[in-house]
Amino acid sequence: MSFTAPHVDWAAIAPVAVVLVAAVVGVLLEAFVPARVRRTTQVAVAFAALAGALLAVALLWPSVRDDGGRDVIGGSLAVDGVTLVVQATILVLSIVALLVIADRTSTGLDAFAPSAASIPGSDYEALARTKGLQQTELYPLLLFAVGGMLVFPATSDLLVLFVALEVLSLPLYLMTGMARRRRLLSQEASLKYFLLGAFASALLLFGIALLYGYSGSLKLSEISAATQQVTGTESLLLVGAVLVMAGLLFKVGAVPFQAWTPDVYQGAPTPITAFMSACTKIAAFGALLRFVYVGLPGMQWDLQVVLWTVAIATMVVGTVVALVQTDIKRVLGYSAVAHTGFILTGVVALNEQGLHGTLFYLLAYGAASVGAFAVVWLVRERSVGADGGEGDVLGEATHLSQWAGLGRRHPVLAGVFTLFLLSFAGIPLTAGFIGKFSVFSAAVEGGAWPLALVGVLSSAAAVFFYVRIVVLMYFTEPAVPGAPEQDGGTAAVEQAPVEQAPVEAAPVEASGATAATLTAERTATGERTVTTTVVRGRGVVAAVTVCAVLTVLLGVAPQPVLDAIASIATFLP
Amino acid sequence: MSFPWLTTLIVLPLVGAVALWVLPASLRTRARGVALGFALAELALFVVALTQFDTGAAGTHQLTELHHWIPALGVSYAVGVDGVGMLLIGMSLLLVPLVVLAAWREQGSETVASDRLRQYLALVLALTAFIVAVFAARDVFLFYVLFEAMLIPVYFMIGGFGGPKRRYAAVKFLIYSLAGGLVMLVGVIALYLQGPRGAEGFLTANLTGLPLDPTTERWLFLAFFLAFAIKAPMFPVHTWLPDAAEQAPAGTSTLLVGVLDKVGTFGMLTLCLPLFPAASRWFAPAVIVLALVSILYGALLAIGQKDLMRLVAYTSVSHFGFIVLGIFAFTSTSVAGSSFYMANHGFSTGALFLVAGFLVARRGSQQIADFGGLQKVVPVLAGLFLVIGLSALSLPGLSTFVSEFLVIVGTFARHPAAAVVATLGVVLAAIYVLWTYQRVFTGPVRPGLEGMADLRSHERWAVAPLVAIMLVLGFVPAPALDLVRPPAAVTLEQVGVTDVPTTAQGGDR
Repeated sequence: MSFTAPHVDWAAIAPVAVVLVAAVVGVLLEAFVPARVRRTTQVAVAFAALAGALLAVALLWPSVRDDGGRDVIGGSLAVDGVTLVVQATILVLSIVALLVIADRTSTGLDAFAPSAASIPGSDYEALARTKGLQQTELYPLLLFAVGGMLVFPATSDLLVLFVALEVLSLPLYLMTGMARRRRLLSQEASLKYFLLGAFASALLLFGIALLYGYSGSLKLSEISAATQQVTGTESLLLVGAVLVMAGLLFKVGAVPFQAWTPDVYQGAPTPITAFMSACTKIAAFGALLRFVYVGLPGMQWDLQVVLWTVAIATMVVGTVVALVQTDIKRVLGYSAVAHTGFILTGVVALNEQGLHGTLFYLLAYGAASVGAFAVVWLVRERSVGADGGEGDVLGEATHLSQWAGLGRRHPVLAGVFTLFLLSFAGIPLTAGFIGKFSVFSAAVEGGAWPLALVGVLSSAAAVFFYVRIVVLMYFTEPAVPGAPEQDGGTAAVEQAPVEQAPVEAAPVEASGATAATLTAERTATGERTVTTTVVRGRGVVAAVTVCAVLTVLLGVAPQPVLDAIASIATFLP
Repeated sequence: MSFPWLTTLIVLPLVGAVALWVLPASLRTRARGVALGFALAELALFVVALTQFDTGAAGTHQLTELHHWIPALGVSYAVGVDGVGMLLIGMSLLLVPLVVLAAWREQGSETVASDRLRQYLALVLALTAFIVAVFAARDVFLFYVLFEAMLIPVYFMIGGFGGPKRRYAAVKFLIYSLAGGLVMLVGVIALYLQGPRGAEGFLTANLTGLPLDPTTERWLFLAFFLAFAIKAPMFPVHTWLPDAAEQAPAGTSTLLVGVLDKVGTFGMLTLCLPLFPAASRWFAPAVIVLALVSILYGALLAIGQKDLMRLVAYTSVSHFGFIVLGIFAFTSTSVAGSSFYMANHGFSTGALFLVAGFLVARRGSQQIADFGGLQKVVPVLAGLFLVIGLSALSLPGLSTFVSEFLVIVGTFARHPAAAVVATLGVVLAAIYVLWTYQRVFTGPVRPGLEGMADLRSHERWAVAPLVAIMLVLGFVPAPALDLVRPPAAVTLEQVGVTDVPTTAQGGDR
């Protein structure tokens, strides 16, 4: 059997190529550029690559809009309207997220361990910190992840789908474990993410094998054609399709594959959480949309049961569990699960409106999500010095009780955060509302009105925990540091509390002091009192501003974006 | 194109709110004056707009504007008012400056305006814009957006500036309203899909008179009605109101109960009835029973209250029962009466909340038992409280009497039994008003209250216009009735019922 090299349409894959080439260049820079300027160079390359890729998408846009796009590299990638919309969304949001990642804020420190390989609490770690080492490999890793994400929604070949999944996942596992503070929590999250992710990859791969066994092809179009014929091996098709979907549903964080979401969101460095909460979800939904709409259009009736069940369970579980969280990153993590359910409502609709609604929702959700985590990154703990004055700025103040009274002291920051929460909650005049409206109306139109009903009821319940944060920020007095009853709360905070106490109640004393000892930058004295403070950072402020403007604009005047999506977003058959 | 009166009315208070928020530090002590200026300018603008309104054609929507907003979703920015909308906007805009006046010394502003007061007044002005817009919206989507978005300023007005349990009250208010609103959202979407769709698919005019499947129509009616019943509020979904009214500042309660809750009954009248005529007829008996339960239950609970603000809130539950009763009795007299009742209830209850607020501010307690014998100490306050209380029990000579009479007479023509039961509510009203007056103002002066100050001039100015307008409309209700009669006839035509003539024609006395 002779091998014919496929023709490569470089223009069509330019967005992917730019990012991946820049990633490889980044690895070389790591080796050859002196440490002094390495960080600056890496950040510049990363920004240039993402901006260049976005430009490439923009250049492809008119021709794809007119001719519907084309298959490239022997039909393994489809550069069509949906691909471009998803790629543009990912690129815009990853540029915004990169602003947060690269910003060292007024503390002069970024979110990442000086040397990720050092054992937490070891002498080597302390040495790395005093030497001022930086883990600049982060930026090539980020570019590899983005590259994988750009390929993921474009794959019309299941093997490429698997490769893209791994290319985007492996860097994310690494980046999750690179937090500067609470390193054990971060590494635990990383390992959890990796193990569960590997499990999901295996399911996906097994599903691909079954689908290949059924249809004799890895191409979505040929699998789709095979489903039209009765062969007597439909069980292969069904099991294979469900397994592939399981792999994809893991990436979007749908029930019953949601378990990793809150842990990873909490453990990962907050800027990385901002990046992956938005971009991973968007890429995975892009792939899921293509798999369901292009690969299995003949299986609507069989898949509908699965998707309905998953969507309803995701909305309900995400909302209910979020109600009892006490850590802001976990609240946002479970809220992300609930939003996965809302977006699935649009996917389930299986009509054009559902497709467009889903794409719009992804942008609206992504903007609010990056913005919200960026704000979380700014709200820090500050130790109280020995003389009672202000001590060092520490990690993020993630316990909800630490957000009390933020609205009084930082009205603008709290106001913007409120805006993101309102968008999550789907209050009119924010992007979230238009997104919810689009997917719910698509669902009603597609006959899935029970999904829409569950959706609105979960939205109503979800308002409760979003509003709880607003209440904390505006209507609750901040706790006084050093007060006797505060000590218990502070200790609990330092140990990255995961116990589920009501917000209003004083946090209970947690047992075990492992995590607390790891925040080695704190003075190891008996008085471990911290206050909440807000740091400044130009990059973060720029990112938050972009997200806030997007959230308002998409809520008040969504027409241009809706038009743009409607004019281009169709799949190649 | 003619001058966009309604848009100007919507934008002006928003400008005021923004101006208050960005007011330079040197001018912040003048916040009260700025807010009052904007509120009065808004009222003046409304009076000018009223001259552009052709009362002879009050049944049609006038001052209309239509622009595409989100054509991809079928959403337009469409505004226009008929007589009822005009009356309710007028009522609201009259209340706003009075609320600003009443808040003059609240939120720690004993001498100069505090920063909290500035933010509170900014919220009041922002809310004003939403109020005007929601009464003028002629697009179902736009109405829904405003219906939900106006919850946010109210939420902050209760939660940020209220009493000790304000957070609980604010969250309860928000969750109740949002739950109803989101169910309505499903109805809004489903209704749109039944309609002509397209870029103007959400226009109320395009959705009126659709041939709907009876079962679908009943579900849609329920989805809309639930949201409006919570908002109104009707028994059994009224429980958020007493908590909100108890904890909110008096000015907030005035706007909340006097104006915002009208959006519920206004929605029933201008959306439920025209959009789902057959379902409205089918559900009318059930709704009338609920309305009667609201009338009696609200009145009985008002009698049993120990807290002044909760008492006023429960009287409103009773009054909203009357309004809903009149709407679903389907006679031109009762519907016109209900429309007029909406405005009168705003004046009467708004005034009642304001004077109750003055009392509470002086005493520092909302418990009725903490008052007593005040008539001798603060005669002006007592007199005003009595007159306003009498308006709540619909004494002849006050405008509330006209509307309540129209509702009962109109209902009697179609459902005599319902009218008889509703009349019991009037008797109970006499008990809760007069007994409250007795406990607060008569008898021996309670120790510690001898030095209570009577109304200051700005407080008198906050209440006097309301009493004046109730007296004027009580004796000469014709101008207001001219506004509400033609829309009532149009509504009946849309619902598809023939009017039942009543022996009394209330307007021409």
